[in-house]
Amino acid sequence: MHEVAQTPAWVMLAYLFAGVCFILALRGLSSPESSRRGNWLGILGMIVAVATTLIHHAPRPYETAGCDSAASFLCTSGLVNFASAEFAEILAALAAGAVIGIVTARRIAMTAMPQLVAAFHSLVGLAAVCVGAAAYLNPAAFGIAEAGGLIHPGSRVEMGLGVAIGAITFSGSVIAFLKLNGNMSGRPILLPLRHLINLGTLVAILALVGYFVTDQSPWVFWTIALLSFAIGFLLIIPIGGADMPVVVSMLNSYSGWAAAAMGFTLQNSAMIITGALVGSSGAILSYIMCRAMNRNFISVIAGGFGGGDAAASGAAAASDRPWKRGSAEDAAFLMKQAELVVIVPGYGMAVAQAQHAVREMADQLKQEGVTVKYAIHPVAGRMPGHMNVLLAEANVPYDEVFELEDINAEFSRADVAFVIGANDVTNPAAKTDRSSPIYGMPVLDVEKAKTVLFVKRSMGGVGYAGVDNDLFYRDNTMMLLGDAKKMAEEIVKAMD
Amino acid sequence: MDFITILSIFVLAVFVGYFVVWSVTPALHTPLMSVTNAISSVIVVGALIAAAAAGSTGSKWLGLAAVVMASINIFGGFAVTARMLAMYKKKERR
Repeated sequence: MHEVAQTPAWVMLAYLFAGVCFILALRGLSSPESSRRGNWLGILGMIVAVATTLIHHAPRPYETAGCDSAASFLCTSGLVNFASAEFAEILAALAAGAVIGIVTARRIAMTAMPQLVAAFHSLVGLAAVCVGAAAYLNPAAFGIAEAGGLIHPGSRVEMGLGVAIGAITFSGSVIAFLKLNGNMSGRPILLPLRHLINLGTLVAILALVGYFVTDQSPWVFWTIALLSFAIGFLLIIPIGGADMPVVVSMLNSYSGWAAAAMGFTLQNSAMIITGALVGSSGAILSYIMCRAMNRNFISVIAGGFGGGDAAASGAAAASDRPWKRGSAEDAAFLMKQAELVVIVPGYGMAVAQAQHAVREMADQLKQEGVTVKYAIHPVAGRMPGHMNVLLAEANVPYDEVFELEDINAEFSRADVAFVIGANDVTNPAAKTDRSSPIYGMPVLDVEKAKTVLFVKRSMGGVGYAGVDNDLFYRDNTMMLLGDAKKMAEEIVKAMD
Repeated sequence: MDFITILSIFVLAVFVGYFVVWSVTPALHTPLMSVTNAISSVIVVGALIAAAAAGSTGSKWLGLAAVVMASINIFGGFAVTARMLAMYKKKERR
């Protein structure tokens, strides 16, 4: 087996404790009340993990001088050397990260959450690559060197995989960030032969990881890293903007597997437990998102959905069917008379930053004695739970917000369904039209409400899937054309 | 720890993750992503080891760079999660 220095029991127990804290942090998210305590447990776990590492691995310039075993705590902990220059550098690095992290977290707008999460993922990926490279350059420090100074073959596999996953996470997240942040078009970019190129690169990476076991030359290591950076870019550029919930979840998953692979290399239980948790979390979220779009994971990852052609033909078909246009006054009148209004928000609400105006409108309605509920489709927005966060930001109580399965039966009782910034997730064609690209996707049954008020910028555009929405031409639908935020504000005014 | 022990921890943790994450309410999926982000930065452990070790300058600087990145994620991830979770409120009952 490995020639690994014996880790003291208290260190292993501390890492185990950190791992348990992280499990409880996720467990806390089962309800909003317990979630805040869960976050504190996560912080506690992280403090324990960092403190343990700092004590156990503190810089020891006088290494081995009188330290022959794990017998003396002071000796192995290196407490005496906390005043060293190395230690000061580490604290400075931690502090620099803390300042950047906290300032960003405070300043970021809630609508920009998807970009922020993508940016954070990229950092985890790059950190994993750096740690892998550091372990490659100095294996003895990580306790993975064999007698001759070579890296243990088993550790090489773990290291190669960790670096590869980390690099894919990094470059993939950078592309996801650019697309979400609008620096890059959300449209899929399709290279010729892309499937062949991607598959070839993946096979090459795996082959090199295998070869790394027999030959640990630098070129093998760095080629693995370079090819993995490349495949990260290639994998994400063909994926369109509205498939981003899947991509962001998938990259979340990768960042976890990267941490787990590094945990294998370092034989660290906190990293392995955390990596496994995060990896499965991201995988489950990807699965939920795919199911909500009735698409399989492979087809999302293959990309190309929501291209230009379908959108153009959909828009052409839209022009020649009769539809009804309403004004803010009509909408205000209809909703004031209602008993139950269900609001259906979508990505358009986030773009227009209309969540506060929508909540004001709901407050007015509640004063008139109208019951207001919110219906959220799992893929509304650009990341899982995107709409919930925006509504929470606008002070909408979370017990007025319902998921698809819980609210769908209520549309038939509703007097008004108020659709703002959502489109494909309300399209009845998903239930009836077998030829539609979104056929089979679970949708919100808004058409069952007595009246549908549909806020939309113009009649020309179509939803992300590039299909026309049958809902626009129904007898019980009234189109409210205009900017989502302005429209909501005008309705509030018209209610007075 | 030998490989089988580590593998056992990993496999069991995947199962724990599977069940824990399914119990997360969909309304909190965004905070779930940001908090998993923060905790996956436990990779800082590896970064700290590299930064503290003597023997290779390249390894040390890579370690320090990784410490900064992981630290951004840890502080930023937990802070933004706390900020989001603070917004989730129940209906006021009067």
